[in-house]
Amino acid sequence: MADSPATPERITGAQALIRALEHENVDLIFGYPGGCILPAYDPLMDSPIRHVLVRHEQGAGHAAEGYAHVSGKPGVAMVTSGPAATNLVTPLMDAFMDSIPMVAITGQVPTAAIGTDAFQECDTVGITRSCTKHNELVMSADEIPMAIRQAFHIATTGRPGPTLVDIPKDALTNEMEWYWPTDEEVQASLPGYRPNTKGHPRMIKEAAKLILASERPIVYAGGGILKARAAEALRELVELIDAHVVTTLMARGAFPDEHPLCLGMPGMHGNATAITAMQQSDLLITLGARFDDRITGKVDAFAPEAKIIHVDIDPAEQGKVRRPDVPIVGDANYVILEIIREIKELLQGGTRQADTSAWKSKISGWQEQFPMAYEPSEPGGPLKPQYCIEQLNKYAPKGTIVASGVGQHQMYTSQYWKFNDPYTWVNSGGLGTMGFSIPAAIGAKAAMPDRTVWAVDGDGCFQMTATELVTATLEKLPIKVALLNNSFLGMVRQWQEMFYDERYSSVFLDSANVPNFVMMAESMGCVGILVESPEEVGPAIQRANSINDRTVVVEFRTDATEGVFPMVPPGTSNSDLILHPTQSDPTRALQPEPKPIDTKLKDVH
Amino acid sequence: MAQTSDVSGARSANTSSANMNHHILSVLVQNRPGVLARVAGLFARRGYNIFSLAVAPAEEEGRSRITIVVDLDSAPLEQITKQLFKLIDVIKISELDPSRSVERELLLATVKASGPKLADVSTLAEIFEGKIIAVVEDFVTVSLEGHPDKLDDFEDLLGRHGIVELQRTGRVALPKLDRSSRHRSAH
Ligand SMILES: Cc1ncc(C[n+]2csc(CCOP(=O)(O)OP(=O)(O)O)c2C)c(N)n1
Repeated sequence: MADSPATPERITGAQALIRALEHENVDLIFGYPGGCILPAYDPLMDSPIRHVLVRHEQGAGHAAEGYAHVSGKPGVAMVTSGPAATNLVTPLMDAFMDSIPMVAITGQVPTAAIGTDAFQECDTVGITRSCTKHNELVMSADEIPMAIRQAFHIATTGRPGPTLVDIPKDALTNEMEWYWPTDEEVQASLPGYRPNTKGHPRMIKEAAKLILASERPIVYAGGGILKARAAEALRELVELIDAHVVTTLMARGAFPDEHPLCLGMPGMHGNATAITAMQQSDLLITLGARFDDRITGKVDAFAPEAKIIHVDIDPAEQGKVRRPDVPIVGDANYVILEIIREIKELLQGGTRQADTSAWKSKISGWQEQFPMAYEPSEPGGPLKPQYCIEQLNKYAPKGTIVASGVGQHQMYTSQYWKFNDPYTWVNSGGLGTMGFSIPAAIGAKAAMPDRTVWAVDGDGCFQMTATELVTATLEKLPIKVALLNNSFLGMVRQWQEMFYDERYSSVFLDSANVPNFVMMAESMGCVGILVESPEEVGPAIQRANSINDRTVVVEFRTDATEGVFPMVPPGTSNSDLILHPTQSDPTRALQPEPKPIDTKLKDVH
Repeated sequence: MAQTSDVSGARSANTSSANMNHHILSVLVQNRPGVLARVAGLFARRGYNIFSLAVAPAEEEGRSRITIVVDLDSAPLEQITKQLFKLIDVIKISELDPSRSVERELLLATVKASGPKLADVSTLAEIFEGKIIAVVEDFVTVSLEGHPDKLDDFEDLLGRHGIVELQRTGRVALPKLDRSSRHRSAH
């Protein structure tokens, strides 16, 4: 790909930037122009790269994330200096937490003005240092191609993450001699960056042995499976060893929910069987997951009898929360395939897999006893949010992508949507960023224009980033929004109900009255549909699915008192999970040793 | 350039290095703008305490060596080195066990002393093989280079005369030549 050095070509830094992006196979940028980045917007007009003009820089960042989530390619956001760069901080942190490959390009004041508190100057690299995998301030036009190559290389290799290149205005306007660094030059320029992709052979062997010896194995699959594009390998491993799988919030879709070995989501609002099976397992085969506090509950009490195999490409995840018995640093796809090979070899050599039948029947017992449950609406009563999700799922065309905001609606979606394909679930897991869904859905739609993209949103979240629906309309990226309007910051309300004696402090949004979401949607060029009763749900969804040239917002008026269950109260053990109130009090049966349940916790964080 | 910094502020500069649970990390980095901020920021964000830190160009051009004395009560060494190694600019980390490394530090102190007291300070400096750098009116500035423990003792004794100003560089260290040290390297 290197250009011929024979005929040196002088171009501006801005031209070099756009050309570098083209060389990185960027087809789409989400951005917003302004003073310092202006020079880059000029050559962009002559480039095949499409620019999607958002309405707020946070939207550009989340759209880039949504694009990356579904395509696996790095999302690109380009904005100007100062306030635009600071508006990008939330999506950068979001991408950092969820290991999303993303490259941000920010304008900066001219080099001579740096440090003078110039108009729209901010210390972008300083501010974003702790929310990027790496960032760099480029001080001259010559440095631009290498900085861009490094940014893409770092964002997409090892544990993926966001990178940022901050470019002063004069570096964009000055001329440079075009060059395109080779892979070797990029490597040589980053002597401290050598991600390890191959797991240690001895550890892999060890893992295979442990797996065959386990009587109560559980595969704990995390977002790393998707990053490593290892869904197929995962399925092969799972079917080979015939063990059950849990898929974390970040890994929904990495293993089909409809597969008989799938237990669904574990964690604070996970499936009771998934939580309990992890808790009582003797071996957690941890693949691309990081023992997040929302998964483990109280760490000391988490899966007390389980040995841990931990496969992660990031060495710092090994032993950060739970000490693994077999740590394997490497690419999940590579390592899983190697483990499969080892297991097959052991089996051929006469090793017999331990008998897991007692464990399996225990699991199916829990599944029968504790299905995901909610109480359907009473006639004339308010809509149940879970029902809306089930209906959305039921009518969704094949390959539908679902993006979600943060709150109860996110948990309902993860719980009640049947994810059967990888890269169909886009959500903000680690940071829990309200307002994520609409811009992320737009980014996903831009990456996969032929797919149906539903954004499931709450009335709180919607009011944070709904302005991007203008972007969806004008950029012809028609998404569909299922707005679950319960008039409250529902998730916070639930915590106040459970842990603060039903004292509802600043959680009532009154959003059945203000704003008028249907009018709001229509004002932005979308079709607005209001749904108030269960009978209307199916037809409204079908109507929304039939409209493909415009964005549709379907507002469901849902029951404000509904809560997300099961729930492991914060700071407690996974053995203390609370089921949906309709499932009476069978929780004790889930535990090896019954413990009293205290829902009025003092120590909530 | 050398500097000492108690980034976390969790320990006072007077804490004797002898009685703390410390470990020395010798970190080879690319000498690029902001590299020190990256390292210090990482420690601050993750709640790791730095006891002392010294940074200066290393043997190879474009590289610097940062000697960090970390307080292991704040976090396990393994996590600290792994997180540090995730910084793109970090090339190599050597974990130096104090018993298997040579450590040096420089101390400068100004003491208020004249007449017989000046003689006492001078004797003290002589015993420790330090130097009198300047004497002006009632003040004397001394310097001492050596093992940080020795500097601690010197500082203690000097303190009885009333230290007006004190600056220590923070320790620098390299592995002892006769034993091997553990390296974490990108190569
Ligand atoms: C930017 C941001 N601010 C605050 C929060 C804290 N928070 C988590 S969920 C939630 C309520 C979300 O309300 P809504 O969007 O209406 O969804 P619901 O829970 O009702 O489904 C809040 C305020 C957050 N996660 N993100």
